[in-house]
Amino acid sequence: MELWSLLPVPVQSLIATVLIILPLLGVVAWYTYAERKVIGYMQVRIGPNRVGWRGLLQPIADALKLMMKEIIIPTQANKQLFLIAPMISIIPALAAWAVIPFDAGLVLADINAGLLYVLAMTSLGVYGVIIAGWASNSKYAFLGSLRAAAQIVAYEIAMGFALVGVLVAAGSLNFSAIVMAQQGGVWHWFWLPLLPLFGVYYISGVAETNRAPFDVAEGESEIVAGFHVEYSGMAFAIFFLAEYANMVLIAMLTTLMFFGGWLSPFQGIPVLESLFAGVPGIIWLLIKTFFFMFTFLWLRATFPRYRYDQIMRLGWKVFIPITIVWILVVALAVVFEVSPWWSATA
Amino acid sequence: MLDNYLHILIFILVASLISIAPPILGSLLGPRRAYAEKDSPYECGFAAFENARMQFDVRYYLVAILFIVFDLEIAFLFPWAIVVKELGMAGFMAMFVFLGILVVGFIYEWKKGALEWE
Repeated sequence: MELWSLLPVPVQSLIATVLIILPLLGVVAWYTYAERKVIGYMQVRIGPNRVGWRGLLQPIADALKLMMKEIIIPTQANKQLFLIAPMISIIPALAAWAVIPFDAGLVLADINAGLLYVLAMTSLGVYGVIIAGWASNSKYAFLGSLRAAAQIVAYEIAMGFALVGVLVAAGSLNFSAIVMAQQGGVWHWFWLPLLPLFGVYYISGVAETNRAPFDVAEGESEIVAGFHVEYSGMAFAIFFLAEYANMVLIAMLTTLMFFGGWLSPFQGIPVLESLFAGVPGIIWLLIKTFFFMFTFLWLRATFPRYRYDQIMRLGWKVFIPITIVWILVVALAVVFEVSPWWSATA
Repeated sequence: MLDNYLHILIFILVASLISIAPPILGSLLGPRRAYAEKDSPYECGFAAFENARMQFDVRYYLVAILFIVFDLEIAFLFPWAIVVKELGMAGFMAMFVFLGILVVGFIYEWKKGALEWE
């Protein structure tokens, strides 16, 4: 500990950054494996099972294969933008993790504007998609990026309103404060008083990451792969990484804002609370996050793709009215200090 | 306090490195055997007969404009949301009026058909 505080601050943050990003990349890599395995079993297949024990080394094999592949740059493509687009996708997807708290006090950058920063970072992701589709100079890529852009901005509004509801309830932009505002066991977490906002946020998160059933931007059967049809090898892998990093991020944010982050679900329950008192907060956080990551895969295996007009109708005509009404409801509840969530003592 | 923003800056720099490294690695390890057909835009088995810079539906443009309006509203709501508890009823009523005007605009564009998509 003393040695740690002796290190210059940039070195400290460099070490902490690596300690966050490396496990994150590991989670992302094996998330792709989990996806193939989970969807495989849901469709009564067994999924990858050749590389390593039960296919556990499949992500490494995939990464090596992609590394050895040619990165094709189409002649008609806008070369600089074509190469920059994947970077613009992944940098915000990773950078948002700088403010995520993993346990009480276990956070790299404990800034007051944490949620604002994450909202800004996740909003930047859409530029990667638009630039990729434009720079490819291919019809399918262009159509895919148009669809993706319109869809992402439509759901970003619903998502932003849902976040405003969380802010009203928590009274802070700081993630640690948002989690601490949910203390008191599973019924005090915000998913209950903010239930409609939780639903809107999670579904918008699925739509924002262009995941099934909202994956018209990729639409394999109609526009082949959408905005990244012209990308190959490692350039494609970056888009892939960004998509999965964003999914993990959405799962983590859902946990932090609606499911009490690192808090134990048994707070205030007589026997269970002491029984599980020894479990570190990060374990609870990871259990909850992994559950939401699983639901992403579950959705993909269960639902057929939405039609584009249905997607836009859901975003504009259903989600936005719901969130506006519920923001007012929550604001009233906060002003009148409705217990048990906003009682005067809390 | 400023340390926190230094952490973020370094985090973003590391993230940038991670985004640059794989394509460089890929271009070093991978082959580069270009020919005209491979480097042409993707098409399902025939030569592309139309430029990709084509006309597109004006609705996409409309959605982008509506997005700017609503996203700005959200930006206005953020500071209010933090302090609504301290402001009490007066703060709630002020934002109620603001949201009311927003909803009137929303209903207008709904009735005008700006949200229709067929």
